[in-house]
Amino acid sequence: MTEAVPLLSVDNLALEFRTRGGLVRALENVSFHVGTGEIVGIVGESGSGKSVLSHALLRILDSAGRVSAGRAVFNGLDLLAAREAEMRAIRGRKIAMIFQNPRAALNPIRKIGQQLEDVLMQHTHAPRHDIKKRAIECLEQVRIPDALRRYHAYPFELSGGQCQRVMIALAIAAEPALLIADEPTTGLDVTTQAVVMDLIRDLVRRNHMSAILITHDLALASESCDRIVVMHAGHVVETAPTRALFATPRHPYTARLIGATPHDCTDVRTLASIPGSLPDLRAASLPLCRFSARCEQYTSACDQPLPLAVFNQHHSVACHTPL
Amino acid sequence: MNAMFKHARYVLQENPLTLFAFGLFFFLVLLAAFGQVLAPYDPLASDTAVALQAPSLAHWFGTDQLGRDILSRVMTATRLDFAIALSAVALSFIIGSVLGCGAGFFGGGFERAVGRTADTIMAFPLFVLAMGIVAALGNSVANIVLATAVINLPFYIRVARTEASVLRNAEFIEAARLAGGGNARILALHIYPNILPPMMVQISLNMGWAILNAAGLSFIGLGVRPPTPEWGIMVAEGASYIITGEWWIALFPGAALMLAVFCFNLLGDGLRDLIDPRRRT
Amino acid sequence: MARKPVWGTIFRRLLGALPSLAGVVVVTFILTRALPGDPAAFFAGAAATPEAVEEVRKQLGLDKNLAQQFLRYLSELAHGDLGQSLTTGQPVSTELVNRLPASLELTLFGLLLAAVVAIPLGVLAATRRDSWIDHVSRLITTAGVSLPVFFTGLLLIYIFYFKLGWAPSPMGRLDPYASAPATVTGFFIIDSLLARDLGLLTASLKQLLLPAITMAIFVMAPLARMTRAAMLTALSSDYTRTTRAMGLSRYTVVYRYALRNALLPVVTTLGMVFSFMLGANVLVEKVFSWPGIGAYAIEALVASDYAPVQGFVLTMAILYVLLNLVIDVLYSIIDPRMAAQ
Repeated sequence: MTEAVPLLSVDNLALEFRTRGGLVRALENVSFHVGTGEIVGIVGESGSGKSVLSHALLRILDSAGRVSAGRAVFNGLDLLAAREAEMRAIRGRKIAMIFQNPRAALNPIRKIGQQLEDVLMQHTHAPRHDIKKRAIECLEQVRIPDALRRYHAYPFELSGGQCQRVMIALAIAAEPALLIADEPTTGLDVTTQAVVMDLIRDLVRRNHMSAILITHDLALASESCDRIVVMHAGHVVETAPTRALFATPRHPYTARLIGATPHDCTDVRTLASIPGSLPDLRAASLPLCRFSARCEQYTSACDQPLPLAVFNQHHSVACHTPL
Repeated sequence: MNAMFKHARYVLQENPLTLFAFGLFFFLVLLAAFGQVLAPYDPLASDTAVALQAPSLAHWFGTDQLGRDILSRVMTATRLDFAIALSAVALSFIIGSVLGCGAGFFGGGFERAVGRTADTIMAFPLFVLAMGIVAALGNSVANIVLATAVINLPFYIRVARTEASVLRNAEFIEAARLAGGGNARILALHIYPNILPPMMVQISLNMGWAILNAAGLSFIGLGVRPPTPEWGIMVAEGASYIITGEWWIALFPGAALMLAVFCFNLLGDGLRDLIDPRRRT
Repeated sequence: MARKPVWGTIFRRLLGALPSLAGVVVVTFILTRALPGDPAAFFAGAAATPEAVEEVRKQLGLDKNLAQQFLRYLSELAHGDLGQSLTTGQPVSTELVNRLPASLELTLFGLLLAAVVAIPLGVLAATRRDSWIDHVSRLITTAGVSLPVFFTGLLLIYIFYFKLGWAPSPMGRLDPYASAPATVTGFFIIDSLLARDLGLLTASLKQLLLPAITMAIFVMAPLARMTRAAMLTALSSDYTRTTRAMGLSRYTVVYRYALRNALLPVVTTLGMVFSFMLGANVLVEKVFSWPGIGAYAIEALVASDYAPVQGFVLTMAILYVLLNLVIDVLYSIIDPRMAAQ
């Protein structure tokens, strides 16, 4: 783990959505960093704001969303304040992203070879006649069998797993420094999930990239990530190295998540579920700790502004009553 | 109910055109009801001494080739144009909703037959089919209404069929069935009333088109005969005077026609926003 | 990965069009028999003697039963026989074939004009959603579809012919002193180009422009609205988000990705657009004295001459079925998913 300036450092990010039902404070006070060569997992239930966070970093939010505070410094550039032209040079080239549901994330009526070439043309200065060769190399890199033939295929002619490989090929085509994988295995069958995760991990290590893995699956994150950031209802509740997080979870929510995660040795019948659901983020007066309504450790002290308890330099938790 | 009002206010604020359309609609309805009484002149009285006069204080919309007052004729025509369109739409609504509702509910052979009928009508360019129907059945106002009703039928059938086939499997229908309701009872009490809101949108979107269609048919000399005041035929009468510069004969009835259609199109859009905000385009 | 050839697709679509075609033939047959009173009397004309009516009845086979009549109708259709016009004495099919190119040229040119304006307008309205341009285009398109075509045509004639004198007199495809180009396609624009006669080309373009604009104004609305809606769907789709995340230029995102995908639903609405246009075509032909099949049908209709009207309805319906077929084939060529089915 590097102690030098991190590759990406997010500070106090806050983000809101304007909707018909009112203002949704989707993210508040979100801080974390990603070091060079590190794989960081962002884990939380769906609706916890983890995908929104990744879209905000690349500034591809839909127009109803607005970053209201905070910084996200990548390589010395604040992504949230950068000009659109600067962002275009970042997207795909420095930071790339893989989405869930790969079949829908690829253009259905464009050959996958062409889609790869579009990205290569945008980001590399390879001569035109080289582009096709490069595209096929990309497909080979993600271990797509018979890459030359697949080059002419449309997404609907490929399996879900192959589509996700194509997505990965698109993402690494310009050799970015940071890869954001948003639920990359959702919608794939179990064996394909493992293969895809192995591929991502391999490519990240081999190309000396950093990565952010966004998932609702704590077990999946534990297999690949150096550190894990746990999110709940738009807040970062706990950040810790993977092993420390599993050994000594400090936040009640994290502990519950671990309890709800099947391990090799746990019996399915003993799995704990997390009571309650995410609070309505439109509410005018959200509790300061957004987990308080679901929390068994709740005391009246929890209504005070949240402290950030730091257990050691790597392990921090936002809780009044940490475990 | 309160939520419904809130939503209505939201839609009206978002789209002030809808409010405008409502106003225009009431104005036109008033004109259809009282236009004949309020008209300053007899719409049929010709006076060749004042033929082809440009708009003036005495004749706001001018006079036509026979010296008839165009304002009076435009006002009087509102009722006939509305009556034709309204009866055509009512006819296709009633037949279409019943057929479509039955098709969606019962499925099977009945659904195929109804679907085939709708498809066959849709296989024609609709205005051309209307021309053919009027030509075959005879040149009368009643047949204009019938032809306009037939070409609109498929739209009502399709909406009703889709809605009914979705409702067929709804839980409350299942409940009604368990409570001992027969098919006829379920259709009449539970399915039919529930397909009415989407049908309403279809009606208001359709009214404008029905008016255009009927006016188009009378423009080419079908249905309404001179000297009856009707917007389409008045435009046709004014057509030959356009190239010599007497613009007012065709302009005012044409503008009235346009305004009426515009009003219904806006209303249809507004109503769709109200009833189903997602389908807004 | 082997895709089925395009010809297979075309063949399958052709089969799919058969039920529509059958429906059209049956309905037109019913329409010929639905004449109130005695059809034979109608076809014989108002001034016919009872003997002449009997003669017509035999000629038309109206003394046979319905099934026999239908078979006879089918065999006549197969021979391209649509009967004779009472007023001109000419076979209806000849007249229709001679006049069809005029109608087609007008309709297709009108569609081209509408597409050239409506598609960019729809794209602009979608990319700048809720901006003034979106509202203006919404207003314009709603107003455009509310304008009765015959009224738009008259307005244009008043402004551009009477007031400004820019347009030639609204009488047909060419002014009376010019002679038509040698017939190759029957489209004056293409034929005059083939004949390398630029004077004739401008002359026929001038005549064509006003009626074509009239048609275009009418169909712009559905095209622009559909384009806007399809663009909004495409722009908010997952694959567009991917292209943005990959840092592709705005041009690539909007045009190479979103627009191409958005055109698919637009192509499917072309069927409805053609239905509108073929109807509007009749009215525009009357306003501009355009010598197409619509004007022919109106003349016959006014003279209670029914064979041409029925021939016209059938021709239009078959034309429409064929246009829908072309749209289907076009769609399955653009969309690889369709071709693979």
